[in-house]
Amino acid sequence: MKNCEYQQIDPQALPTPTPTPTPTPTPPSQPCPEKTKKQQRKWEIFPGKNRFYCDGRIIIARQSGVFPLTLGIILITSGLFFIFDCPFLVKHLTSGIPVIGGVLVVFVVISLLQTSFTDPGILPRATPEEAADIEKQIDNPGSSSSSSSYRPPPRTKEIVINQQVVKLKYCFTCKIFRPPRTSHCSLCDNCVERFDHHCPWVGNCVGKRNYRFFYCFIVSLSFLTAFIFGCVTTHLALRSQSGTGLVDALQDSPASAIELVVCFFSVWSILGLSGFHTYLVASNLTTNEDIKGSWSGKSGSEDTGNPYSHNSIFKNCCVVLCGPMPPSLIDRRGYVPEDSLPNATVEIQLPAAKNDVNVVGKVPSQGL
Amino acid sequence: MAETHSLQDLRQQAAIASKVFVQRDYTSGTICKFQTKFPSELETRIDKQQFEETVQTLNNLYAEAEKLGGKSYLEGCLACLTAYTIFLCMETHYEKVLKKIAKYIQEQNEKVFAPLGLLLTDPIERGLRVVEITIYEDRSIGSR
Repeated sequence: MKNCEYQQIDPQALPTPTPTPTPTPTPPSQPCPEKTKKQQRKWEIFPGKNRFYCDGRIIIARQSGVFPLTLGIILITSGLFFIFDCPFLVKHLTSGIPVIGGVLVVFVVISLLQTSFTDPGILPRATPEEAADIEKQIDNPGSSSSSSSYRPPPRTKEIVINQQVVKLKYCFTCKIFRPPRTSHCSLCDNCVERFDHHCPWVGNCVGKRNYRFFYCFIVSLSFLTAFIFGCVTTHLALRSQSGTGLVDALQDSPASAIELVVCFFSVWSILGLSGFHTYLVASNLTTNEDIKGSWSGKSGSEDTGNPYSHNSIFKNCCVVLCGPMPPSLIDRRGYVPEDSLPNATVEIQLPAAKNDVNVVGKVPSQGL
Repeated sequence: MAETHSLQDLRQQAAIASKVFVQRDYTSGTICKFQTKFPSELETRIDKQQFEETVQTLNNLYAEAEKLGGKSYLEGCLACLTAYTIFLCMETHYEKVLKKIAKYIQEQNEKVFAPLGLLLTDPIERGLRVVEITIYEDRSIGSR
């Protein structure tokens, strides 16, 4: 089986006999003889609980939660608004109403799709060599602190950021020390950078890379909900004023009643959520940190404060919402290295010795 | 034949002796920065100053990618106004710098590291967690 893979790599460049092939530590989904032409993309062997569409371009959590419901409610309510309320309002008020509504709906849907389908900042798991190296580093200093009975070392590292002591925890699934502000999402089984929360409405984690989309989504959704609520109320008020009364107005336009109910119940929660996240953005906090009270200064001393805050609301907002967009680290559409072809950029292929290591130095393709 | 290796020789003949991992340095926060501490396994292979210079250059390049300034804010605001659809067609500043970094690493590998029997892996291949340096067995020195 190994010989097939070498032939795929580069039959001309291996004059010396390769060392005894050993089973590779990569996941077992490496079919060989049938796939001599087709190479596997990295998303096909991705270890986390995610689903991929469009050949790896779109990523979403395996449990998509109520994302279809979210999208459905937004589209149906907006649809009812445009069909049943807009004609009346255009006639009696202004034709700007469907335009504003249209712009808001477009913003909401686009930011929802981007939040759901973007990689939130997933950290790829450690390669076996990295994991072994970290184990070695943990065991060496830790051995002195263990007592007579075997106890695994605590697996935390303390570092100082901006005069604050921050504890880095070891992730047993991903086999890495989590960077600061990173958390492991049990639903997606991934470590996510600047982990905010896992949102079932959006069907994805909210983290470093898609927080700005999420914020844009909830803010535009609050505007949209408030706008529809206001317009429908105006519509019903105008209709009932023109002689027939409220009940008759509702009977004339039952869709408005549905929209009213939906918007009334959602506007409070969504406005509340937007307000909460505006506070988080202004203080450069994540939901995770806020809930755990990481920087709230439990001891009451002024020593604990958010070390990541720039101490200016404006700067925090700029950094969180308009900062540079980090790249996706998981390279979903890249090819699995054993099957990679030589290309113009750096391509250093090694005969797989003990460890299955192939270094492919190409920049990952642009992903969402 | 000289004791130095080229990338071609490494590919064909060398066996991997070990790997060294240069971890991230989080003391300045969550920005991408690697520790410049010289690993002991490299003492016999490479000059300490050369190593530190390489890592420092990488750190500077990553700092440039993540720099908060007028240009990045402008990019961010423009993206926000277009509902972030601009990311679908435009290459971000970060990605442009990543390409620069890949080129720098390739140059360093060809000029500095490969002749010493070492190979630097682009950190983006490892999720920006580590700089992986592969140390090759130096067979030619013993046999010639």
